[in-house]
Amino acid sequence: MEPSRALQLNREELLRAYRQMRTIREFEERVHTEFSSGAIPGFVHLYAGEEAVAVGVCMHLTERDCIASTHRGHGHCIAKGCDVKGMMAEIFGRADGLCGGKGGSMHIADVAKGMLGANGIVGGGAPLACGAALAAKTLKTGGVAVAFGGDGASNQGTTAESMNLATVWKLPVIFVLEDNGYAESTASSWSIGGDAVKRAEGFGMPGVRVDGHDFFAVYEAMHDPIARARAGEGPSFLHVKVNRYYGHFEGDAQTYRAPGEVQRLRAEMDCIERFRKRVTEAKVLEEKDLAAIDREVLELIEESVRAAKAAAYPPPPALLSDVYVSYP
Amino acid sequence: MSKKSFRQAVNEALRQEMERDPTVVLMGEDVGGGMGAPGEDDAWGGPLGVTKGLMSQFGRERVLDTPITESAFIGAAAGAALRGLRPVAELMFVDFMGVCFDQIFNQAAKFRYMFGGTAKTPLVIRTMYGAGFRAASQHSQCLYPIFTHVPGLKVVIPSSPYEAKGLLIQAIRDDDPVIFFEHKVMYDDEEDVPDDPYTIPFGEARFVREGEDVTIVAIGRMVQMASKAADALAKEGISCTVLDPRTTSPLDLQSILESVQETGRLVIVDEANPRCNIATDISAQVVEQAFESLKAPIRMVCPPHTPVPFSPALEDAFIPSPEKIAAVVRSVMASPTRQAAA
Ligand SMILES: Cc1ncc(C[n+]2csc(CCOP(=O)(O)OP(=O)(O)O)c2C)c(N)n1
Ligand SMILES: [Mg+2]
Repeated sequence: MEPSRALQLNREELLRAYRQMRTIREFEERVHTEFSSGAIPGFVHLYAGEEAVAVGVCMHLTERDCIASTHRGHGHCIAKGCDVKGMMAEIFGRADGLCGGKGGSMHIADVAKGMLGANGIVGGGAPLACGAALAAKTLKTGGVAVAFGGDGASNQGTTAESMNLATVWKLPVIFVLEDNGYAESTASSWSIGGDAVKRAEGFGMPGVRVDGHDFFAVYEAMHDPIARARAGEGPSFLHVKVNRYYGHFEGDAQTYRAPGEVQRLRAEMDCIERFRKRVTEAKVLEEKDLAAIDREVLELIEESVRAAKAAAYPPPPALLSDVYVSYP
Repeated sequence: MSKKSFRQAVNEALRQEMERDPTVVLMGEDVGGGMGAPGEDDAWGGPLGVTKGLMSQFGRERVLDTPITESAFIGAAAGAALRGLRPVAELMFVDFMGVCFDQIFNQAAKFRYMFGGTAKTPLVIRTMYGAGFRAASQHSQCLYPIFTHVPGLKVVIPSSPYEAKGLLIQAIRDDDPVIFFEHKVMYDDEEDVPDDPYTIPFGEARFVREGEDVTIVAIGRMVQMASKAADALAKEGISCTVLDPRTTSPLDLQSILESVQETGRLVIVDEANPRCNIATDISAQVVEQAFESLKAPIRMVCPPHTPVPFSPALEDAFIPSPEKIAAVVRSVMASPTRQAAA
């Protein structure tokens, strides 16, 4: 793929990409620790290991563009510009969370920023992305929509129906299949019948397979789909091969994985390490630039957790607000 | 007889029925787990381990993992039921019925009637319901009223491990489609459960305790809450009957009416959202058929008409508690006794 358009990103853009990936990683590592200590309740699905996908995709987007996310949504939120402190407070169920504590990890959203919500329903996001794309097309905002979905979600009827609809309506949508190898404990090599890229082609849209451990590959692969969507030529598809570092949800014993699988992935495939190596070897960024970001990110996460823990829970009347029924 | 958790009771019912009847098959997402993966097979047994061990014992021909594709496999279970299998399909969380409801209410539920009695659909759909798990709006609903509304479906909501085993075996042997509700916060509850298979018939309510002053009808997990409330009220001299309908379709209205005729007061506790739920349904039927027996207005204890919130502070306030139930019972006792209609 050389010479890469991606390495033509300027210094500021590269720093931004690194900061976002690092923020996602530290956010997830910290949520993992906090969950283990019992401070966070409910279902939490971590995105660590997949950072290059969300960031490589969202680097192409602006506030007029939308994304529909999944239950594994923290990375998408951060890459789309959601407030990190508001996210942390939400996961802790506090009143100043992005959704007032009512949604939690699986339902973080910031509609004004074009983040249409994490989603508790597998396959729930693709139709919503089609709708956001329809709104952008009808209102001529120039915006596009991205539907993130896992390998598991790729087998859901809603995904297939949405891909067909997007072609028929010529919608500015990009379907990003984040294939992290598993849906819960089930391997994607088992659950996806046939070839995901050929499925997309069958629906009449271009599709490519991408290495999701490589930020530059993802960024590069998004170039044509974005151009096609912005030009009003219709949908595209990416099949991104990647891995997750934690269990399906926090508490998953992961006995379905090979012994040492995660250690090997962390040692050999890590997207953040690869990014560092690439930019420092190319001498576009220096170690000290990256180290400064690492420190700032750690401080931000530390401060987010401290603030979340100190924040109040939603007051009792919040139970009955945000519905159209009024209570005495 | 031995102490078993709700989880073990369900697992044992499935295992014993699969041992007895080779046409019983299980299917669902990760009901075994580890398909195609490099580590252990049978790695999950469902997200909360309820079907653990069954794939190892019965093999992949009878315990079928599925892709995430509820419309297809729930519908396939219905089709297989028409043609000689007795599938037990797991729709992991009842909230996911939105994905596959057509196959349930237009297909499986209708075959017997629509085909003029020429078809049998011995299908069980097991599903988790209920709040209290901090699982937020899309993983915490009850939704059993929606299934109860549909003719052709049987709806079973066990309130304890003993109930779960007997009712599940009954469900598997039943020739109609049954939706079997398991409350996700009850899996670790324990009680004495017989080791041998047994059945509990549908449409026969259970008198959990008998009292003179008030009848409390409670659904599923709310039976525990109502029993706790009744314990507290007993100390204050208020004696309650607690009735567990066990199945909302068919519904044992007769037992409810008889109890109301004795006590003259009715409180219904339902974890489902308050509009068109089981409480409103029972209330309407009791008013229609036993109005003269009522000494006080019927009261319903339900959550508010909102989605289930994530924040623990709000979710705890959402769920009907023993304290709320007791307070409502006290208010019913305090309301001036209604005079017989002139
Ligand atoms: C309709 C529906 N079915 C099942 C589930 C339960 N569930 C939650 S996440 C998940 C696996 C999703 O796998 P994938 O799409 O690959 O995403 P990943 O978790 O790997 O990011 C399942 C089965 C759900 N939330 N919604
Ligand atoms: Mg996956």
